[in-house]
Order: sequence, then structure tokens, then C-alpha cells
Amino acid sequence: MPQQTKTKSPSPQQNGRPDPEADGVDLGWEIDPQELIRPRSIKGNVLPRWFLPVTAAVGVVVGFALSYLINGFSVNYALWFIFAAVVFIVTSYVVTRQQLNKRKATDGLWRNLVYIAFALALIPLISVIWSVTADGFQGISRLSFWTEDMSQNAAQSRERQIHEGERPMGGGVLHAIIGSLMITLLATVISVPIGLLTSIYLVEYSRGGPLSRGITFFVDVMTGIPSIVAGLFGAAAVQMILGIGNQFGLWSYGPGNYRMGLTAAVALCVLMIPVVVRTTEEMLRVVPNELREASYALGVRKWRTILKVVIPTAISGIAAGVTLAIARVIGETAPILLTAGMLNRVNWDLFTDAMMTLPVYIYWTFTHPIGVGELSYLSEQRAWGAALVLIMIVMALNLIARIIAHVFAPKKTGR
Amino acid sequence: MSKSITAKGLNVYYGDFLAVEGVNIKIAARSVTAFIGPSGCGKTTFLRTLNRMHEVLPGARVEGELLLDEDNIYGTGVDPVTVRSMVGMVFQRPNPFPTMSIRDNVLAGYKLNGARLSRGQADNIVEKALRRANLWNEVKDRLDRPGSGLSGGQQQRLCIARTVAVEPDVILMDEPCSALDPISTLAIEDLISELKEKYTVVIVTHNMQQAARVSEKTAFFNIAGTGKPGKMIEYDDTSVIFNNPANEQTERYVSGKFG
Repeated sequence: MPQQTKTKSPSPQQNGRPDPEADGVDLGWEIDPQELIRPRSIKGNVLPRWFLPVTAAVGVVVGFALSYLINGFSVNYALWFIFAAVVFIVTSYVVTRQQLNKRKATDGLWRNLVYIAFALALIPLISVIWSVTADGFQGISRLSFWTEDMSQNAAQSRERQIHEGERPMGGGVLHAIIGSLMITLLATVISVPIGLLTSIYLVEYSRGGPLSRGITFFVDVMTGIPSIVAGLFGAAAVQMILGIGNQFGLWSYGPGNYRMGLTAAVALCVLMIPVVVRTTEEMLRVVPNELREASYALGVRKWRTILKVVIPTAISGIAAGVTLAIARVIGETAPILLTAGMLNRVNWDLFTDAMMTLPVYIYWTFTHPIGVGELSYLSEQRAWGAALVLIMIVMALNLIARIIAHVFAPKKTGR
Repeated sequence: MSKSITAKGLNVYYGDFLAVEGVNIKIAARSVTAFIGPSGCGKTTFLRTLNRMHEVLPGARVEGELLLDEDNIYGTGVDPVTVRSMVGMVFQRPNPFPTMSIRDNVLAGYKLNGARLSRGQADNIVEKALRRANLWNEVKDRLDRPGSGLSGGQQQRLCIARTVAVEPDVILMDEPCSALDPISTLAIEDLISELKEKYTVVIVTHNMQQAARVSEKTAFFNIAGTGKPGKMIEYDDTSVIFNNPANEQTERYVSGKFG
């Protein structure tokens, strides 16, 4: 019966392979897979395990020799790397091709190219961490670096005294650490609820209408906003709100007094909200629909389902995403320079006066060293130290994100 | 406690697409009814309309009357959430909440709704529901372990325990054994025949032996072709459907001539 064979039930296929005569297509079963893809014996088709590391070692040694000779008997790391990579790739390709076959050799060639690309990508990363650690270590190894701000040390005469050994090294980043953490915390407190609720709307409530498409589009646009523009926005928005508050007598801020931690936090929000929306949206989407249905089938209302089933299931990803968003904005310089400005003393008040932050501290200390000429190395030491602190904070945040993801992840014990 | 279900001229739509057409059926209280038929014929779709889970999907809607005893669950002013607390559902794949322990999974119907239970009440509910789902002896020593650590069959029985814990009037089961091995299937089939003492059970199954074993009445659904609506072809006592069906399509399906 034709009407019944059209149902989705599997059509009769007796021996597991489609019957060529049924659909009138020659499926070409006369092709011999031995000729094309299958080796004739199961042994002798692999190279020994030591082949790859040994070829790599040969590449490194020969590459060094070649670069040493070509560069006139001196070491050049870039040339060394290039020669090592070329020798490694060519040797392993030729040997594989000779010992095995062309297909395996091509496979190995591409795999080796991937390895080289990986090493290439790793170089700048390691180089940055190495140079910042090497240069910044001297800065952070002094206790005063962690316990002092710059209010006592902002004078050329002081620097001279330090340089000549009449006084121990002084001046630190306490004020910048406090400012960075406070501003980022406030930005997080503002952005996370907004971002989380937006993504809940997108995933749970919207049904692909114009509003949700609009939100998605503008969130995408917002991720690409240059951070300086976010800074301008923060400054303008806070000035406007302060002006309105002044009119109604809620507070009195003079013109130009927008320079405070709150303004910087508002600017950072613009950068942070899209990241939070994107990551949490992703996390909410991977919560299996079955769990929502299971909850609905128990007569649980939608908002309770979201609050007690969807969010707890996704919480590890959400927490990790939020932490990464924090790591993303804590290193912002331009918007903070524009909004929170800078200060050389500790300021705990987010609502009055400028605040120093680590990125701005680094920028300012490098470009405007306190001691000029031979004394400028002292400021540079502080700046490198601050850079190391910033990297350490970002690393700590990433580590925390991993720990959070691990701790909150739904428990799975083996079956 | 247990309630009967009556559908009168029920049409089920996904958007503009008519998925199931003109179902008239009367399911008695305290009975087991099986829905059989080839894939895509609308059994599951129809089952999901029985507790308004259907409309969770965007654009899905229903025309016609569906009575739970005398009340039309698609009548005006009926809250779908209330309907779902009366008509429980067990899904094809076991879906215990991964963030909850075995105990909390059983209590999910209460906890998720924000009900406050004393320790004693909660223990009582957990033990009763797990005993009714034939799971108590297997898990009583590890109630605080995560539910996802159980085997597939145990997880499915945990889901049944979660459903019976809230004392629904009707329990819907959507191919509850299709992901399980024969032993777990047997455990669940035994359970179904116990459940019918208290509840109205409706089960969708692809396994005709299962339908013959557990159900008193059987409905056969079929579809004329891709893009056409599914229909209920025949509904009768299970023995009649399998031994002496009135309709030729039913005859061909249950005797294995197609599908």
C-alpha cells in the first residue's frame, strides 16, 4: 500500500544495505575498498611512538645549527624557530611518505602544521607573562608597594633621595587596587542583574519576535563598541542624571563633578552587559528542555521553573561567564581615564572624587614618571609591578571561574 | 481521586499545521489505556494535550473539548498550571533534576512550588512515593545522593515516584520504557498495573506486546501520509484490538504487516 510506505516507519531493508534495484540507482558496490582506502595487512601501518618527538628534537637541533651558521655564528631565536619548524615538517613528511603512504604523510603534515601554529600562538603569551613577571617582580617584592599609595612619594626630591639610597623605596598601588576592585564590583552589581534578566527574557520568554531579534542585534553591536565610546557615554549619562538630581534638589554636584567611581562603573557596564548577556544566554540555552517540561508537568509555574530548575542547572556556567566578564573589564583603561580620572591617594568613596585604578596607574606612571631623567626607572618599576598585579588579578579571576564552575556543576556520580 | 478523560472532536495544531484531527475518546477512571501507532501519527501530540503540555511549544493550540470528569480543561478561565498538577506526566527519557538529590527529586513537586513541609511529612511523602514506584529498597540508603547517579531504569522509576508524590488524578506516560532494558521495562510494567488501582493511566508505546500486557483499552492512531493529520482509527478493549480489530489498518498494524 503506497500510503503506508510513506509513513516515517523504516522501509523494509532486509540485509541492512539499500536494495539498489528498489530506487533504481547504481550504488557502485563493485568498487573494491582494498584498492582505495584499506591497507592489505593490519600490521606495519604505523610509525613508532617515538617518531614524532625524535623528529621534533632533530628539527630543533638542526634548526639551531642552520640559524647559527646563517646568522654569522650568533643566536637568533626567530630564525631558529623558523628553521626548526621547516626541518621538523619536511623530515616527518618525507619519512612518513617513504615508510607508509601518501595519505598518512598528508595527514601528518597537517597535524604538524597545527602543532606549529599552536607553538606560534603560545610564544607571545609566554613572552608577555615572562617579561611582566621579570620586570614587575622587583616592584611587588617590597611590602610598601602593597600598603602605600602615591600621596607621599609624588615629588622629584623624594625620588632623588631614594635613588641615592637615603631613604627606602616607597610608593605603591594600594589606592589603585582599591579603586579597581571597587569600580569593577559596582559595575558587576549593576550589569549582572540586567544581563541575566535580559538573557532569561531571550531564552525563556521571547518567541523569536522582533523585540528579541532587536535585543540580540544590539547586544552584538554593543560587544563591538570601542571602550572609549563607552567612557564618553558613562560621563555624559552621569552628568545628565546629576543635572536632573540637582534640579530636583536630591543632591548638589557642581559642574564637572561627574568624575567619580560611579561614572566609571556606568561606563564599564556598557562593556560588561553584552558579555554577560551572551555568556548566560548560551548557558541557559544548553539547559535541556526536558527539565523544564518535567517541572511544568509537576504543575510548577514558569517563574518558579526558571528560578529553581533552569538557573540552578546553569549556575556554574553563569558564574564562570560573569567572572570572565569581570576579567574582561578590569583591565579597561580608556573609559576609566575619562570617567574616574586619577588620584594619588586612597579613596573609598565611589560617589565623590576621582579614583585611581590599576590600568590608569600603569599608563600614568609610565607616561608621566615622577622623577625625570635617570630617576624615571623608579616609576617604571612601579608601573611594571602594577602590571604584574593586574595580570595576577585576572589570572585569579579565571581560576575562580574554574573553581566556581567545578563546585556548582550538577553532581554526577558514576552509574 | 482518579478521574476519567473525555475528548470530543479534538483537533490539535502546531501553528497552522493540523497534527491530529477529530479525536473522540472516553477513558475510564482507574484504568490503563494504551496508544499505539506508527511514528509521527500524533499519539504523543495527543497525549500532551491531555495535560496542556502541548501549548508549551510556540504556536501550538487545540480546538474542541477535553473533559476531566466534567470539567473542560480547555474551557475559559482554566489555568494550565492547575491542570498539570492534576494530570502528571512521565517522559520518554528519564529526566531527574540533575541539581537535586534523590530525595529532593521526589519532593520536587512540593519544593518547586514553594510548599513548606516538616521533616516528618517530607520523609513520609518520599517513602510512600518511592515504595509506590518500587524503588524504595534500592535507594533508601542513598537518598541524599544525586538522582543522576542511578541507572536508566531507576531514574525512570524515580521520575514516576516524583509524579505520584503529588497525587495526580491521571498519569500520562510517553513511551516510558523505550530507553530501558527488558528488566527495567518489566519493573515499570508491574508498576503500571499497580498504579491503576489508584490512578487513571494513559501510556503511549511502540511496543505492542507491552500494550497488550499492561492495558485494558487500546487506541490505534495512524496517519494517511506525510503532511496529513493523524487520526484515531480504532479504540476498543485491548483484546479486541489485538485479536479481532474492526478496522483493516489496525489489523495490518497489530499483525506486523506494516510499521
